[in-house]
Amino acid sequence: MSTEFWRWTEYRKTMPGADWREAALLTAGVDVGSVSSQAVIMADGKLYAYSSMRTGSDSPRSAQNAMDWALEGTGLTLEKINYTVGTGYGRVNVSFADRAITEIACHARGANFIYGPSVRTVLDMGGQDCKVIRCDEKGKVTTFLMNDKCAAGTGRGMEVFADLLQIPITEIGGKSLDIDEEPKPVSSTCVVFAKSEATGLLRSGWPKNKVIAAYCAAMAHRVVSLLERVGVEKDFAITGGIAKNVGVTSRLAGELAIKPLETEYDTQLAGAIGAALFAHAITKKAKAGIK
Amino acid sequence: MISAGIDVGAKNVKVVLLRDGEVVSRSFETIGLNTQAAIDGAFAAALRQIGAGRGEISKITATGAGRKEVKFADGELTEVGASAKGVHHLFSSACTAIDVGAEEGRAIKVDEKGKVLDFAVNEKCAAGAGAFTEAMARALEVGVEKMGELSLKSRTAVPMNAQCAVFAESEVVSLIHAKTPKEDIARAVHDAIADRIVSMARRIGIEKDVVVVGGLAKNAGFIDSIKRTLATDVLVPQYPEYAAALGAALHAATPTGGQ
Amino acid sequence: MIANYGYLDGSGQYFIRIDTEKCDGCGDCVAVCPAGLLAVGADENDPFREEPVAKVTEDQRKKIKYSCGPCKPGAARPPLPCVAACKPGALEHSW
Repeated sequence: MSTEFWRWTEYRKTMPGADWREAALLTAGVDVGSVSSQAVIMADGKLYAYSSMRTGSDSPRSAQNAMDWALEGTGLTLEKINYTVGTGYGRVNVSFADRAITEIACHARGANFIYGPSVRTVLDMGGQDCKVIRCDEKGKVTTFLMNDKCAAGTGRGMEVFADLLQIPITEIGGKSLDIDEEPKPVSSTCVVFAKSEATGLLRSGWPKNKVIAAYCAAMAHRVVSLLERVGVEKDFAITGGIAKNVGVTSRLAGELAIKPLETEYDTQLAGAIGAALFAHAITKKAKAGIK
Repeated sequence: MISAGIDVGAKNVKVVLLRDGEVVSRSFETIGLNTQAAIDGAFAAALRQIGAGRGEISKITATGAGRKEVKFADGELTEVGASAKGVHHLFSSACTAIDVGAEEGRAIKVDEKGKVLDFAVNEKCAAGAGAFTEAMARALEVGVEKMGELSLKSRTAVPMNAQCAVFAESEVVSLIHAKTPKEDIARAVHDAIADRIVSMARRIGIEKDVVVVGGLAKNAGFIDSIKRTLATDVLVPQYPEYAAALGAALHAATPTGGQ
Repeated sequence: MIANYGYLDGSGQYFIRIDTEKCDGCGDCVAVCPAGLLAVGADENDPFREEPVAKVTEDQRKKIKYSCGPCKPGAARPPLPCVAACKPGALEHSW
């Protein structure tokens, strides 16, 4: 089994021209996912600095590392941060957080920030789960569905195929569109059965690209049935690792006949941004209560 | 008079020949590239065992997910029907039949005459079928046929949290890294699948005697887990993987069979 | 909020749907569930809600098909104890 997964670059950034010393309220959000961890620091509810890195085998340390890296070079220290919210699959492992909030709540809030208040439906396709969240103009969750029981429709399912076909995961999307004719989707939903089906197709002489196309189409179709359960309202956005796989997203957009929103932000930051915004809102609410 | 039952499963073709109600031949072939070739091969092998020609077979009934592939069959029977018939013939005391194949698990409630009263099926998800054990055996790097005896050596119950075969594979890998003994992992695998199969069977209500058939019934570790989960003894025939093929052959042998 | 707990896998959809606007946190559903699937507590997905709400417990969310099995015999669709117990009508099953 390949250990390489989503091969994105680890990075950190401080927003140019921003200075934390001028801020009255400093908050942070840390999203510990199964594959990657992000830390976001906000100054008065505005993005100040952030980092994104791989989640190691030790979740508490990954949370600390992501936070340390976001702070790096800013002169800011953890003690100066007024409130921190942990989120994601490993949210209970953020030892320095003041509160843990689910990734569903944080994702909706973060998507509202990233895409603007018009976003109503967010599809998050992560490494080990697939979520559909609907939210209002304030980024409050109105409906959600989270599927983390089954690998179909997750990055892990795609990894099984990348492994079977010996193609780097980042090339899957492009290759799946480099075909003469769109094949029929793989019929099995279950990743284990889909893999046997794909093995059969390869043996019968299908080129690799056609097999990938058939799997990307199957994954898109499956996600559509999840979306239909909660209903898709425009504007629609896709986040998570699979948002970067054009083979799935283009087929998904085609089947739904809706074009997903685009953004210059890295959508993997959505959860951590939402967490930092919650931290900001909670602190402001507490202060208002005292007065 | 010789009648034949051909069970075309997801992975293997099983053939049973009956002469005057007695099993005279059993054969088995794994489906590789070509289902037709496996059907022809298994059928020819069954005939060879008793030195019979194709012309001597009076009726043929096909069953299994791939039963439509048996072009020369005189009739067909659903997997549930065939399994119930086979199980009732093997154990007339059977009230509940649990049949777990490579890609499907079934629980069938039968009356004292072998008539199907109710059934529940788990299909299209590897978590509730033999494919789950196979995937876990691969992750453990042990032959799937070794899984049973391995798990019987276990003295410690280790919980498995993942429900999906793909996630369970990763869980097995982390258990190995955490130095969990392989026999305990094998038992956890069988306990997990037995738990799902028994939960499915509870939908139809479990009544004794309980008979377990299908390819997975050959795995003593799985049977042990089933017994523990049910807290009751179960009956397993000598050739559990042929139960549905036997049912199909019995169907072919009846005067109206194969119609 | 409409909370969909459960999953879709190759064999079908297994969801318990709780309308948190309708749910008053009374806990009647918790008491009648033979599988111990439900609980009442803080709304994890709405950090600002103060009233308790019914939810499916974390360890049961991936097992709904199996845990709810005994209440869903065969092809018939009898009334489910949890749905029957919910006076505000906040709870539904996808079957």
